[in-house]
Amino acid sequence: MTKPLVAIRSVSKNFGEFQALKNVSLDVRPGEVMCLIGASGSGKTTLLRCINQLATIDAGGIWLDGELLGVREHGGRLHRLSEREIGRQRLKTGMVFQRFNLFPHKTALENITEGPTQVQGRKLDEVRTEALELLRRVGLSAKADWYPAQLSGGQQQRVAIARALAMKPMLMLFDEPTSALDPELVGEVLAVMKELARSGMTMMVVTHELGFAREVADRVVYMDQGAIVEQGRASDVLGAPREERTKAFLSAVI
Amino acid sequence: MKPAPALAEGFPDLSGLRIAREPHWFRWISAGLIVLVLAAIARAFANGQIEWSYVGRFLTAKVILEGIVNTMVMAVLAMALGIFLGIVVAIMRLSPNPVLKSVAAGYTWLFRGTPLILQLLLWFNLALVFPTIGIPGLWSARAVDVMTPFLAALLGLGINQGAYTSEVMRAGMLSVDIGQYEAAQAIGMGRLRALRRIVLPQAMRVVIPPLGNEFISMVKATSLASVIQYPELLHNAENIYYANSRVIELLIVAGLWYLLVVSILTPLQMLLERRFARGTLRLAR
Repeated sequence: MTKPLVAIRSVSKNFGEFQALKNVSLDVRPGEVMCLIGASGSGKTTLLRCINQLATIDAGGIWLDGELLGVREHGGRLHRLSEREIGRQRLKTGMVFQRFNLFPHKTALENITEGPTQVQGRKLDEVRTEALELLRRVGLSAKADWYPAQLSGGQQQRVAIARALAMKPMLMLFDEPTSALDPELVGEVLAVMKELARSGMTMMVVTHELGFAREVADRVVYMDQGAIVEQGRASDVLGAPREERTKAFLSAVI
Repeated sequence: MKPAPALAEGFPDLSGLRIAREPHWFRWISAGLIVLVLAAIARAFANGQIEWSYVGRFLTAKVILEGIVNTMVMAVLAMALGIFLGIVVAIMRLSPNPVLKSVAAGYTWLFRGTPLILQLLLWFNLALVFPTIGIPGLWSARAVDVMTPFLAALLGLGINQGAYTSEVMRAGMLSVDIGQYEAAQAIGMGRLRALRRIVLPQAMRVVIPPLGNEFISMVKATSLASVIQYPELLHNAENIYYANSRVIELLIVAGLWYLLVVSILTPLQMLLERRFARGTLRLAR
Protein backbone atom coordinates (compact mmCIF):
# COMPACT_ATOMS: atom_id res chain seq x y z
CA MET A 1 0.00 0.00 0.00
CA THR A 2 1.32 3.46 -0.92
CA LYS A 3 2.23 5.84 1.85
CA PRO A 4 -0.58 8.28 2.57
CA LEU A 5 0.04 11.96 1.81
CA VAL A 6 -2.13 12.92 4.76
CA ALA A 7 -2.43 10.72 7.84
CA ILE A 8 -4.92 11.83 10.46
CA ARG A 9 -4.78 9.85 13.71
CA SER A 10 -7.24 10.12 16.62
CA VAL A 11 -7.72 13.85 16.19
CA SER A 12 -10.00 15.72 18.59
CA LYS A 13 -10.83 19.40 18.62
CA ASN A 14 -13.01 21.32 21.05
CA PHE A 15 -14.45 24.80 20.93
CA GLY A 16 -15.19 25.33 24.60
CA GLU A 17 -17.81 22.74 25.51
CA PHE A 18 -18.50 21.87 21.88
CA GLN A 19 -16.63 18.86 20.50
CA ALA A 20 -16.00 19.70 16.87
CA LEU A 21 -13.91 16.60 16.12
CA LYS A 22 -14.12 13.34 18.05
CA ASN A 23 -11.24 10.94 17.61
CA VAL A 24 -11.08 11.23 13.82
CA SER A 25 -8.65 9.04 11.85
CA LEU A 26 -8.29 9.16 8.09
CA ASP A 27 -5.73 8.62 5.32
CA VAL A 28 -5.53 10.54 2.06
CA ARG A 29 -3.44 8.90 -0.65
CA PRO A 30 -1.36 10.88 -3.15
CA GLY A 31 -3.48 11.87 -6.16
CA GLU A 32 -6.71 11.05 -4.41
CA VAL A 33 -9.74 13.33 -4.66
CA MET A 34 -11.73 13.11 -1.45
CA CYS A 35 -15.07 14.80 -0.87
CA LEU A 36 -16.22 15.45 2.67
CA ILE A 37 -19.96 15.77 3.08
CA GLY A 38 -22.25 16.28 6.04
CA ALA A 39 -24.52 18.80 7.70
CA SER A 40 -23.12 22.10 8.93
CA GLY A 41 -21.46 21.64 12.31
CA SER A 42 -20.47 18.08 11.46
CA GLY A 43 -16.75 18.95 11.68
CA LYS A 44 -15.75 18.66 8.02
CA THR A 45 -14.60 22.28 7.71
CA THR A 46 -12.82 22.07 11.06
CA LEU A 47 -10.93 19.00 9.86
CA LEU A 48 -9.78 20.92 6.79
CA ARG A 49 -8.72 23.90 8.88
CA CYS A 50 -6.75 21.63 11.21
CA ILE A 51 -4.79 20.25 8.25
CA ASN A 52 -3.95 23.81 7.21
CA GLN A 53 -3.29 24.73 10.86
CA LEU A 54 -5.76 27.59 10.83
CA ALA A 55 -7.14 25.66 13.80
CA THR A 56 -5.01 23.77 16.31
CA ILE A 57 -5.95 20.27 17.38
CA ASP A 58 -6.42 19.33 21.02
CA ALA A 59 -5.44 15.67 20.76
CA GLY A 60 -4.04 13.25 18.20
CA GLY A 61 -1.77 14.00 15.29
CA ILE A 62 -1.80 14.93 11.62
CA TRP A 63 1.08 13.99 9.34
CA LEU A 64 1.50 15.62 5.95
CA ASP A 65 4.03 14.09 3.57
CA GLY A 66 5.45 12.16 6.53
CA GLU A 67 5.94 15.28 8.67
CA LEU A 68 4.05 15.81 11.93
CA LEU A 69 2.12 19.11 11.74
CA GLY A 70 2.27 21.90 14.30
CA VAL A 71 4.24 20.11 17.02
CA ARG A 72 7.50 18.27 17.59
CA GLU A 73 7.93 15.30 19.91
CA HIS A 74 10.81 15.75 22.30
CA GLY A 75 11.51 14.21 25.68
CA GLY A 76 8.12 12.56 25.91
CA ARG A 77 6.23 15.79 25.28
CA LEU A 78 4.87 17.69 22.31
CA HIS A 79 6.29 21.15 21.73
CA ARG A 80 4.55 23.65 19.48
CA LEU A 81 6.47 24.69 16.39
CA SER A 82 7.39 28.31 15.83
CA GLU A 83 5.28 30.51 13.60
CA ARG A 84 7.99 30.33 10.95
CA GLU A 85 8.00 26.52 10.92
CA ILE A 86 4.22 26.40 10.78
CA GLY A 87 4.36 28.84 7.86
CA ARG A 88 6.77 26.52 6.08
CA GLN A 89 4.46 23.54 6.66
CA ARG A 90 1.48 25.51 5.37
CA LEU A 91 3.23 25.97 2.03
CA LYS A 92 2.58 22.29 1.30
CA THR A 93 -1.17 22.92 1.33
CA GLY A 94 -3.26 25.32 -0.70
CA MET A 95 -6.53 26.51 0.79
CA VAL A 96 -9.61 27.75 -1.04
CA PHE A 97 -12.17 29.46 1.15
CA GLN A 98 -15.93 29.57 0.97
CA ARG A 99 -15.88 33.36 0.78
CA PHE A 100 -12.84 33.55 -1.57
CA ASN A 101 -10.90 35.94 0.72
CA LEU A 102 -9.06 37.54 -2.15
CA PHE A 103 -7.00 40.57 -1.16
CA PRO A 104 -9.27 43.43 -2.28
CA HIS A 105 -6.48 46.00 -2.62
CA LYS A 106 -4.57 43.85 -5.10
CA THR A 107 -5.38 42.93 -8.69
CA ALA A 108 -6.07 39.33 -9.70
CA LEU A 109 -2.46 38.99 -10.85
CA GLU A 110 -1.06 40.59 -7.68
CA ASN A 111 -3.18 38.26 -5.56
CA ILE A 112 -1.48 35.33 -7.25
CA THR A 113 2.09 36.69 -7.17
CA GLU A 114 1.89 37.88 -3.54
CA GLY A 115 2.70 34.53 -1.93
CA PRO A 116 5.52 33.36 -4.24
CA THR A 117 7.29 36.74 -4.15
CA GLN A 118 6.71 37.71 -0.52
CA VAL A 119 6.82 34.36 1.21
CA GLN A 120 8.98 32.22 -1.05
CA GLY A 121 11.16 35.17 -2.05
CA ARG A 122 11.06 34.35 -5.75
CA LYS A 123 11.69 36.82 -8.57
CA LEU A 124 8.63 38.72 -9.75
CA ASP A 125 9.45 38.14 -13.43
CA GLU A 126 9.29 34.36 -13.34
CA VAL A 127 6.38 34.35 -10.88
CA ARG A 128 4.46 36.69 -13.19
CA THR A 129 4.86 34.29 -16.09
CA GLU A 130 3.59 31.41 -13.97
CA ALA A 131 0.74 33.51 -12.61
CA LEU A 132 -0.40 34.46 -16.12
CA GLU A 133 -0.28 30.77 -17.06
CA LEU A 134 -2.40 29.94 -13.99
CA LEU A 135 -4.90 32.65 -14.92
CA ARG A 136 -5.10 31.13 -18.40
CA ARG A 137 -5.67 27.72 -16.82
CA VAL A 138 -8.65 29.02 -14.82
CA GLY A 139 -9.91 30.90 -17.90
CA LEU A 140 -9.25 34.44 -16.70
CA SER A 141 -6.37 35.66 -18.85
CA ALA A 142 -8.31 38.82 -19.69
CA LYS A 143 -8.84 39.74 -16.04
CA ALA A 144 -5.23 39.88 -14.82
CA ASP A 145 -5.33 43.58 -13.94
CA TRP A 146 -8.83 43.63 -12.48
CA TYR A 147 -9.55 44.09 -8.81
CA PRO A 148 -11.62 41.45 -6.96
CA ALA A 149 -14.56 43.84 -6.56
CA GLN A 150 -14.76 44.06 -10.35
CA LEU A 151 -15.06 40.27 -10.74
CA SER A 152 -18.07 38.00 -10.30
CA GLY A 153 -18.08 35.51 -7.43
CA GLY A 154 -17.20 32.67 -9.76
CA GLN A 155 -14.29 34.59 -11.24
CA GLN A 156 -13.06 35.54 -7.77
CA GLN A 157 -13.10 31.92 -6.67
CA ARG A 158 -11.15 30.88 -9.76
CA VAL A 159 -8.54 33.54 -8.98
CA ALA A 160 -8.45 32.20 -5.42
CA ILE A 161 -7.75 28.71 -6.77
CA ALA A 162 -4.95 30.11 -8.94
CA ARG A 163 -3.56 31.95 -5.91
CA ALA A 164 -3.41 28.71 -3.95
CA LEU A 165 -1.86 26.81 -6.87
CA ALA A 166 0.86 29.45 -7.29
CA MET A 167 2.49 28.18 -4.09
CA LYS A 168 2.88 24.76 -5.79
CA PRO A 169 1.15 22.85 -2.97
CA MET A 170 1.08 19.06 -2.81
CA LEU A 171 -2.44 19.10 -1.35
CA MET A 172 -5.37 21.37 -2.17
CA LEU A 173 -8.04 22.00 0.45
CA PHE A 174 -11.42 23.34 -0.65
CA ASP A 175 -13.79 24.63 2.03
CA GLU A 176 -17.24 24.74 0.44
CA PRO A 177 -15.82 26.54 -2.60
CA THR A 178 -19.18 27.02 -4.31
CA SER A 179 -21.49 27.67 -1.33
CA ALA A 180 -21.27 31.46 -1.56
CA LEU A 181 -21.90 31.54 -5.31
CA ASP A 182 -25.00 32.33 -7.30
CA PRO A 183 -26.27 29.07 -8.84
CA GLU A 184 -25.31 30.01 -12.40
CA LEU A 185 -21.68 30.58 -11.35
CA VAL A 186 -21.14 27.22 -9.62
CA GLY A 187 -20.39 25.36 -12.84
CA GLU A 188 -17.36 27.42 -13.87
CA VAL A 189 -15.66 26.83 -10.50
CA LEU A 190 -16.44 23.11 -10.51
CA ALA A 191 -15.04 22.89 -14.05
CA VAL A 192 -11.72 24.30 -12.86
CA MET A 193 -11.70 21.84 -9.95
CA LYS A 194 -12.45 18.92 -12.26
CA GLU A 195 -9.56 19.90 -14.50
CA LEU A 196 -7.34 20.10 -11.43
CA ALA A 197 -8.47 16.64 -10.30
CA ARG A 198 -7.70 15.19 -13.72
CA SER A 199 -4.21 16.70 -13.58
CA GLY A 200 -3.49 14.42 -10.60
CA MET A 201 -3.67 16.94 -7.74
CA THR A 202 -4.48 15.53 -4.33
CA MET A 203 -7.64 17.26 -3.17
CA MET A 204 -9.84 17.35 -0.09
CA VAL A 205 -13.13 19.04 -0.87
CA VAL A 206 -15.78 19.98 1.66
CA THR A 207 -18.87 20.35 -0.49
CA HIS A 208 -22.60 20.12 -0.81
CA GLU A 209 -22.29 19.51 -4.55
CA LEU A 210 -23.14 15.82 -4.61
CA GLY A 211 -23.09 15.78 -8.41
CA PHE A 212 -19.47 16.90 -8.32
CA ALA A 213 -18.67 14.30 -5.66
CA ARG A 214 -20.27 11.55 -7.72
CA GLU A 215 -18.41 12.54 -10.85
CA VAL A 216 -14.95 13.42 -9.55
CA ALA A 217 -14.36 12.00 -6.06
CA ASP A 218 -12.34 8.82 -5.59
CA ARG A 219 -13.73 8.63 -2.09
CA VAL A 220 -16.63 10.25 -0.26
CA VAL A 221 -16.50 10.70 3.51
CA TYR A 222 -19.71 11.40 5.38
CA MET A 223 -19.26 13.13 8.74
CA ASP A 224 -21.76 13.80 11.49
CA GLN A 225 -21.30 15.34 14.96
CA GLY A 226 -17.54 15.45 14.68
CA ALA A 227 -17.01 11.87 13.59
CA ILE A 228 -16.69 9.94 10.33
CA VAL A 229 -19.84 7.92 9.92
CA GLU A 230 -19.30 6.30 6.57
CA GLN A 231 -16.76 6.41 3.75
CA GLY A 232 -16.12 4.66 0.50
CA ARG A 233 -16.41 5.03 -3.26
CA ALA A 234 -18.74 7.81 -4.31
CA SER A 235 -21.14 5.41 -5.98
CA ASP A 236 -21.39 3.32 -2.80
CA VAL A 237 -21.74 6.11 -0.21
CA LEU A 238 -24.02 8.28 -2.33
CA GLY A 239 -25.80 5.49 -4.22
CA ALA A 240 -26.16 2.76 -1.60
CA PRO A 241 -25.41 4.16 1.87
CA ARG A 242 -25.24 1.60 4.65
CA GLU A 243 -25.63 3.84 7.68
CA GLU A 244 -29.02 5.22 8.71
CA ARG A 245 -27.57 8.69 9.34
CA THR A 246 -26.05 8.82 5.86
CA LYS A 247 -29.35 7.79 4.35
CA ALA A 248 -31.19 10.46 6.31
CA PHE A 249 -28.70 13.14 5.30
CA LEU A 250 -28.78 12.20 1.63
CA SER A 251 -32.56 12.09 1.46
CA ALA A 252 -32.68 15.52 3.12
CA VAL A 253 -30.18 17.00 0.66
CA ILE A 254 -31.44 15.55 -2.62
CA MET B 1 -51.70 37.76 -27.97
CA LYS B 2 -54.55 39.09 -25.81
CA PRO B 3 -55.23 42.86 -26.03
CA ALA B 4 -54.46 44.81 -22.81
CA PRO B 5 -57.60 45.24 -20.66
CA ALA B 6 -59.34 48.62 -21.03
CA LEU B 7 -58.33 51.27 -18.41
CA ALA B 8 -60.93 52.82 -16.07
CA GLU B 9 -62.31 56.35 -16.83
CA GLY B 10 -62.02 59.41 -14.54
CA PHE B 11 -58.25 59.77 -14.28
CA PRO B 12 -57.14 62.82 -16.34
CA ASP B 13 -53.96 62.85 -18.40
CA LEU B 14 -51.25 64.68 -16.39
CA SER B 15 -48.39 64.22 -18.83
CA GLY B 16 -47.10 67.57 -20.05
CA LEU B 17 -47.74 69.33 -16.70
CA ARG B 18 -44.63 70.50 -14.81
CA ILE B 19 -44.16 70.42 -11.02
CA ALA B 20 -44.39 73.99 -9.66
CA ARG B 21 -41.46 75.45 -7.77
CA GLU B 22 -41.96 75.44 -3.98
CA PRO B 23 -41.82 78.89 -2.34
CA HIS B 24 -39.49 77.89 0.57
CA TRP B 25 -40.51 80.90 2.68
CA PHE B 26 -38.57 79.75 5.71
CA ARG B 27 -35.30 79.50 3.76
CA TRP B 28 -35.62 83.09 2.57
CA ILE B 29 -36.45 84.41 6.06
CA SER B 30 -33.66 82.51 7.80
CA ALA B 31 -31.11 83.51 5.15
CA GLY B 32 -32.13 87.15 5.60
CA LEU B 33 -31.75 86.94 9.38
CA ILE B 34 -28.31 85.41 9.10
CA VAL B 35 -27.17 88.12 6.68
CA LEU B 36 -28.35 90.73 9.22
CA VAL B 37 -26.48 89.06 12.07
CA LEU B 38 -23.30 88.78 10.00
CA ALA B 39 -23.56 92.42 8.96
CA ALA B 40 -23.94 93.45 12.60
CA ILE B 41 -20.84 91.45 13.59
CA ALA B 42 -18.86 92.90 10.67
CA ARG B 43 -19.92 96.43 11.67
CA ALA B 44 -18.96 95.82 15.28
CA PHE B 45 -15.47 94.69 14.24
CA ALA B 46 -15.10 97.54 11.75
CA ASN B 47 -15.93 100.12 14.45
CA GLY B 48 -14.13 98.23 17.25
CA GLN B 49 -10.66 98.95 18.53
CA ILE B 50 -8.94 96.97 15.80
CA GLU B 51 -6.29 98.50 13.60
CA TRP B 52 -6.82 96.43 10.48
CA SER B 53 -3.72 97.88 8.90
CA TYR B 54 -1.67 96.00 11.52
CA VAL B 55 -3.35 92.75 10.52
CA GLY B 56 -2.40 93.36 6.91
CA ARG B 57 1.15 94.39 7.77
CA PHE B 58 1.93 91.46 10.10
CA LEU B 59 0.15 88.80 8.01
CA THR B 60 3.32 88.34 5.96
CA ALA B 61 5.88 89.47 8.54
CA LYS B 62 9.04 87.36 8.55
CA VAL B 63 8.57 86.22 12.16
CA ILE B 64 5.00 85.12 11.45
CA LEU B 65 6.07 83.21 8.34
CA GLU B 66 8.85 81.52 10.30
CA GLY B 67 6.24 80.66 12.90
CA ILE B 68 3.96 78.99 10.40
CA VAL B 69 6.89 77.01 8.97
CA ASN B 70 7.85 75.84 12.47
CA THR B 71 4.22 74.98 13.16
CA MET B 72 4.00 72.83 10.04
CA VAL B 73 7.37 71.16 10.62
CA MET B 74 6.33 70.27 14.15
CA ALA B 75 2.85 69.10 13.11
CA VAL B 76 4.23 66.82 10.39
CA LEU B 77 7.06 65.35 12.52
CA ALA B 78 4.89 64.87 15.61
CA MET B 79 2.15 63.28 13.53
CA ALA B 80 4.68 60.96 11.89
CA LEU B 81 5.94 59.94 15.33
CA GLY B 82 2.34 59.56 16.48
CA ILE B 83 1.40 57.33 13.55
CA PHE B 84 4.52 55.19 13.97
CA LEU B 85 3.84 54.74 17.70
CA GLY B 86 0.15 54.25 16.99
CA ILE B 87 0.77 51.38 14.58
CA VAL B 88 3.29 49.69 16.89
CA VAL B 89 1.02 50.04 19.93
CA ALA B 90 -2.06 48.86 18.01
CA ILE B 91 -0.18 45.75 16.86
CA MET B 92 0.96 45.14 20.44
CA ARG B 93 -2.59 45.62 21.67
CA LEU B 94 -3.89 42.99 19.24
CA SER B 95 -1.07 40.54 19.92
CA PRO B 96 -1.75 37.31 21.83
CA ASN B 97 1.17 38.14 24.17
CA PRO B 98 -0.31 39.41 27.49
CA VAL B 99 2.85 41.40 28.34
CA LEU B 100 2.77 43.37 25.09
CA LYS B 101 -0.96 43.83 25.48
CA SER B 102 -0.71 45.34 28.96
CA VAL B 103 2.20 47.60 28.01
CA ALA B 104 0.16 48.93 25.09
CA ALA B 105 -2.94 49.45 27.22
CA GLY B 106 -0.87 51.17 29.92
CA TYR B 107 0.69 53.54 27.40
CA THR B 108 -2.69 54.58 26.04
CA TRP B 109 -4.07 54.98 29.57
CA LEU B 110 -1.18 57.19 30.74
CA PHE B 111 -0.89 59.53 27.78
CA ARG B 112 -4.61 59.92 27.15
CA GLY B 113 -5.25 60.39 30.84
CA THR B 114 -3.17 63.52 31.39
CA PRO B 115 -3.47 66.94 29.73
CA LEU B 116 -1.23 67.52 26.73
CA ILE B 117 0.04 70.84 28.10
CA LEU B 118 1.12 69.09 31.29
CA GLN B 119 3.03 66.48 29.28
CA LEU B 120 4.77 69.22 27.29
CA LEU B 121 5.83 70.95 30.50
CA LEU B 122 7.09 67.65 31.94
CA TRP B 123 9.24 66.91 28.91
CA PHE B 124 10.59 70.43 28.82
CA ASN B 125 11.48 70.35 32.52
CA LEU B 126 12.97 66.87 32.42
CA ALA B 127 16.32 68.36 33.47
CA LEU B 128 14.86 69.02 36.93
CA VAL B 129 14.50 65.25 37.39
CA PHE B 130 17.50 63.99 35.46
CA PRO B 131 20.27 66.62 35.29
CA THR B 132 22.32 64.40 32.99
CA ILE B 133 21.01 61.80 30.58
CA GLY B 134 22.75 59.23 28.42
CA ILE B 135 23.86 55.64 28.09
CA PRO B 136 26.15 54.70 31.04
CA GLY B 137 29.75 54.40 29.86
CA LEU B 138 29.04 55.38 26.28
CA TRP B 139 27.58 58.83 26.08
CA SER B 140 26.08 61.42 28.37
CA ALA B 141 25.00 65.03 28.20
CA ARG B 142 23.34 67.68 30.28
CA ALA B 143 19.58 67.32 29.96
CA VAL B 144 19.07 71.08 29.53
CA ASP B 145 21.21 70.93 26.39
CA VAL B 146 19.44 67.93 24.93
CA MET B 147 15.86 68.78 25.83
CA THR B 148 15.45 71.80 23.58
CA PRO B 149 11.98 73.29 23.05
CA PHE B 150 11.93 71.52 19.68
CA LEU B 151 12.66 68.07 21.12
CA ALA B 152 10.35 68.56 24.09
CA ALA B 153 7.51 69.62 21.78
CA LEU B 154 8.17 66.72 19.39
CA LEU B 155 8.18 64.14 22.18
CA GLY B 156 5.22 65.67 24.00
CA LEU B 157 3.01 66.04 20.94
CA GLY B 158 4.14 62.84 19.19
CA ILE B 159 3.85 60.50 22.15
CA ASN B 160 0.49 61.93 23.12
CA GLN B 161 -0.69 61.59 19.52
CA GLY B 162 0.49 57.97 19.48
CA ALA B 163 -1.91 57.13 22.29
CA TYR B 164 -4.88 58.41 20.27
CA THR B 165 -3.65 57.08 16.93
CA SER B 166 -3.19 53.59 18.35
CA GLU B 167 -6.92 53.42 18.99
CA VAL B 168 -7.69 54.64 15.47
CA MET B 169 -5.28 52.06 14.03
CA ARG B 170 -6.72 49.28 16.18
CA ALA B 171 -10.22 50.12 14.93
CA GLY B 172 -8.90 50.04 11.36
CA MET B 173 -7.28 46.65 11.80
CA LEU B 174 -10.36 45.21 13.47
CA SER B 175 -12.43 46.40 10.51
CA VAL B 176 -10.52 44.07 8.17
CA ASP B 177 -12.29 40.74 7.73
CA ILE B 178 -10.76 37.82 9.66
CA GLY B 179 -10.77 35.88 6.38
CA GLN B 180 -8.01 38.19 5.15
CA TYR B 181 -5.70 37.06 7.98
CA GLU B 182 -6.57 33.45 7.22
CA ALA B 183 -5.95 33.84 3.49
CA ALA B 184 -2.59 35.46 4.25
CA GLN B 185 -1.69 32.64 6.65
CA ALA B 186 -2.80 30.05 4.11
CA ILE B 187 -0.16 31.30 1.66
CA GLY B 188 2.43 30.93 4.41
CA MET B 189 2.63 34.48 5.77
CA GLY B 190 3.55 35.11 9.38
CA ARG B 191 1.55 37.47 11.57
CA LEU B 192 3.68 40.55 11.01
CA ARG B 193 4.00 40.09 7.26
CA ALA B 194 0.25 39.55 6.99
CA LEU B 195 -0.30 42.75 8.95
CA ARG B 196 2.10 44.75 6.80
CA ARG B 197 1.15 43.42 3.38
CA ILE B 198 -2.51 42.56 3.73
CA VAL B 199 -4.21 44.03 6.79
CA LEU B 200 -2.67 47.50 7.19
CA PRO B 201 -3.19 48.58 3.56
CA GLN B 202 -6.86 47.71 3.92
CA ALA B 203 -7.10 49.34 7.33
CA MET B 204 -5.66 52.57 5.88
CA ARG B 205 -8.85 53.15 3.92
CA VAL B 206 -10.88 53.17 7.13
CA VAL B 207 -8.27 55.04 9.11
CA ILE B 208 -7.57 58.03 6.85
CA PRO B 209 -10.69 60.11 7.61
CA PRO B 210 -10.11 59.99 11.40
CA LEU B 211 -6.36 60.47 10.91
CA GLY B 212 -7.01 63.54 8.77
CA ASN B 213 -9.10 64.81 11.63
CA GLU B 214 -6.28 64.10 14.08
CA PHE B 215 -3.74 65.88 11.89
CA ILE B 216 -5.90 69.00 11.76
CA SER B 217 -6.10 68.85 15.55
CA MET B 218 -2.34 68.43 15.66
CA VAL B 219 -1.71 71.56 13.57
CA LYS B 220 -3.62 73.53 16.17
CA ALA B 221 -2.24 71.61 19.16
CA THR B 222 1.27 72.73 18.24
CA SER B 223 0.21 76.13 19.58
CA LEU B 224 0.40 74.61 23.07
CA ALA B 225 4.16 74.31 22.51
CA SER B 226 4.26 78.10 22.84
CA VAL B 227 4.32 77.54 26.63
CA ILE B 228 7.69 75.78 26.29
CA GLN B 229 9.21 78.45 24.06
CA TYR B 230 8.97 76.54 20.78
CA PRO B 231 8.87 79.34 18.15
CA GLU B 232 5.71 78.27 16.37
CA LEU B 233 3.04 80.57 14.96
CA LEU B 234 1.19 81.53 18.16
CA HIS B 235 4.41 81.92 20.14
CA ASN B 236 5.84 84.31 17.55
CA ALA B 237 2.57 86.26 17.34
CA GLU B 238 2.64 86.62 21.13
CA ASN B 239 6.23 87.85 21.04
CA ILE B 240 5.22 90.60 18.62
CA TYR B 241 2.29 91.77 20.71
CA TYR B 242 4.35 91.74 23.87
CA ALA B 243 6.41 94.41 22.08
CA ASN B 244 3.71 96.45 20.33
CA SER B 245 0.58 95.65 22.38
CA ARG B 246 -1.49 94.90 19.25
CA VAL B 247 -2.92 91.78 20.88
CA ILE B 248 -6.13 91.26 18.92
CA GLU B 249 -4.57 92.17 15.57
CA LEU B 250 -1.84 89.55 15.97
CA LEU B 251 -4.25 86.90 17.25
CA ILE B 252 -6.30 87.53 14.11
CA VAL B 253 -3.16 87.13 12.00
CA ALA B 254 -2.42 83.79 13.65
CA GLY B 255 -6.05 82.72 13.34
CA LEU B 256 -6.12 83.49 9.62
CA TRP B 257 -2.99 81.38 9.05
CA TYR B 258 -4.40 78.40 10.98
CA LEU B 259 -7.61 78.66 8.95
CA LEU B 260 -5.67 78.78 5.69
CA VAL B 261 -3.57 75.73 6.54
CA VAL B 262 -6.59 73.68 7.59
CA SER B 263 -8.43 74.72 4.42
CA ILE B 264 -5.55 73.39 2.32
CA LEU B 265 -5.34 70.13 4.27
CA THR B 266 -8.96 69.10 3.69
CA PRO B 267 -8.69 68.51 -0.08
CA LEU B 268 -5.30 66.81 0.45
CA GLN B 269 -7.04 64.31 2.69
CA MET B 270 -9.52 63.52 -0.07
CA LEU B 271 -6.65 62.79 -2.46
CA LEU B 272 -5.13 60.37 0.05
CA GLU B 273 -8.48 58.65 0.57
CA ARG B 274 -8.74 58.08 -3.15
CA ARG B 275 -5.25 56.54 -3.21
CA PHE B 276 -6.14 53.98 -0.58
CA ALA B 277 -9.57 53.22 -2.00
CA ARG B 278 -7.87 51.12 -4.69
CA GLY B 279 -9.91 48.05 -5.55
CA THR B 280 -13.16 49.23 -4.02
CA LEU B 281 -16.26 49.35 -6.16
CA ARG B 282 -16.41 53.14 -6.23
CA LEU B 283 -13.46 53.11 -8.61
CA ALA B 284 -14.67 50.24 -10.80
CA ARG B 285 -13.85 50.84 -14.42
